[in-house]
Amino acid sequence: MCGIVGLFLKNQKLRPELGGLLGTMLTTLSERGPDSAGFAVYGEARPDRIKLTLRASADTDFDVIATEVGSTLGGDVSICRRDTHAVLSVPLARAEEVRAQLLRIAPGVTIVGMGRRMELYKEVGLPAEVAKRFDLGGMTGTHGIGHTRMATESAVTTDGAHPYSTGADQCLVHNGSLSNHNALRRELKRDGIAFATENDTEVAAGYLTWRLHQGMNLGAALESALADLDGFYTFVVGTESGFGVLRDPIACKPAVMAETDDYVAFGTEYRALADLPGVETARVFEPEPAKVYFWDLKP
Amino acid sequence: MSLRVNARSFDLASGTVRDLNAALHQLDPAASHYWRVRNPKGRHSIAAGLDADATVEIEGNVGYYCAGMNKRATVLIKGNAGVGVAENMMSGLVHVQGDASQSAGATANGGLLVIDGSASARCGISLKGADIVVKGSIGHMSAFMAQAGSLVVLGDAGEALGDSIYEAKLFVRGAVQSLGADCIEKKLKDKHRQRLHGLLEKAGIAGQVDIGEFRRYGSARRLYHFHVDNASAY
Repeated sequence: MCGIVGLFLKNQKLRPELGGLLGTMLTTLSERGPDSAGFAVYGEARPDRIKLTLRASADTDFDVIATEVGSTLGGDVSICRRDTHAVLSVPLARAEEVRAQLLRIAPGVTIVGMGRRMELYKEVGLPAEVAKRFDLGGMTGTHGIGHTRMATESAVTTDGAHPYSTGADQCLVHNGSLSNHNALRRELKRDGIAFATENDTEVAAGYLTWRLHQGMNLGAALESALADLDGFYTFVVGTESGFGVLRDPIACKPAVMAETDDYVAFGTEYRALADLPGVETARVFEPEPAKVYFWDLKP
Repeated sequence: MSLRVNARSFDLASGTVRDLNAALHQLDPAASHYWRVRNPKGRHSIAAGLDADATVEIEGNVGYYCAGMNKRATVLIKGNAGVGVAENMMSGLVHVQGDASQSAGATANGGLLVIDGSASARCGISLKGADIVVKGSIGHMSAFMAQAGSLVVLGDAGEALGDSIYEAKLFVRGAVQSLGADCIEKKLKDKHRQRLHGLLEKAGIAGQVDIGEFRRYGSARRLYHFHVDNASAY
């Protein structure tokens, strides 16, 4: 089971509606994944800034953390809290320094993702509740991906929820299960990729990050995943400017897409796409097995 | 003799699939019925389990198992169909005007499934006697372990067509990416041309395509019995 959705906007006019559209898509797939839900949204980038999405227990005072980080950075921080998560905006050049400082001053805080444009939220609970807690409906941006989880490979925890991010502005959601993730995780660790969980999907995300570090573009990285990942998978991935889809060679997990002049949308089931504007006249198709699909904002 | 046709429209924006199907399961057997279903929006199991002299027209894309287990009824889908359309159909007609997802017509025993567009993987998997006509192409592993019935494809077929097939008859006009285990090309004899013509006629496209362009595939019957020489492989 599990449900995944993705929405990539071609028409700028739809950007204010990204969160609302993605939220409806996500909620529709509750039956496929009532355990937990998560999403990543690619919003505005600010010049020379980077966003760190932090997660901590409900009683955490994120303002105290921001003040402490700010005192090191000469006050050059801003923080926006959404339920158990908060997005900390810091100067791009100071990102690594802030990461190290957070580990030191706030050991209970997890950095779930970082990027110039990406914000990432996930929690245990029904997708509709998760979307509401983080106010997904109010978010804007160019593209976003989401996941509703029915756990199979690891426990029902926030760490086990998708999306997974292992690199700046990169994230991935997965429907299926990988069978060679333990061996692959060991190899990737040797090459410096860090993992936070025992989850199979995190290995797929880490694998793509590893390939991108080697200089591949996302299309080539997905192509190489076909050879190196064993198991069942439909992946939807997001990067700073792009959105990609890959299914395993036997297309074990369902997938359907709709494309219009305004957007490209992905859903595990057509139901997830049924409320998108103009979907009645969209080109609706099933992505072919073992074929890399990729859309990019850059021409 | 008077022909009584009960016509009704059902809107899935206000009613549930459960209510729709319950009503369709209680149709008066003495009458004919025509139902229009609006706003399907990809919902699952629409018009499943019918056993009536009824025509159901669905105005849009449907989800999984639409018209599953169909008996006698005609179900017209004016859009795309999700996984398992007309699965285990016993008789009647299911017509998809768009594309069909995986496992279209799976295990169907009788009746006719017509797909105007293409069908993805596993079309006609474990087919048990129904006829399937696909005007576009079909995906990989189609007609896997198909036992009886026919699958006619005007376009191409994906990988491993007819893997472990029994006695179903496969007719493909376009290219076949590869044949599955124990599936071979067979000669298209006059009796097969006749059968093919009959199938195209039922699908309403006889005369529109040249029967001579089709190739026939079926079982080499090498997997029917255990071969003692293979004992060491187990």
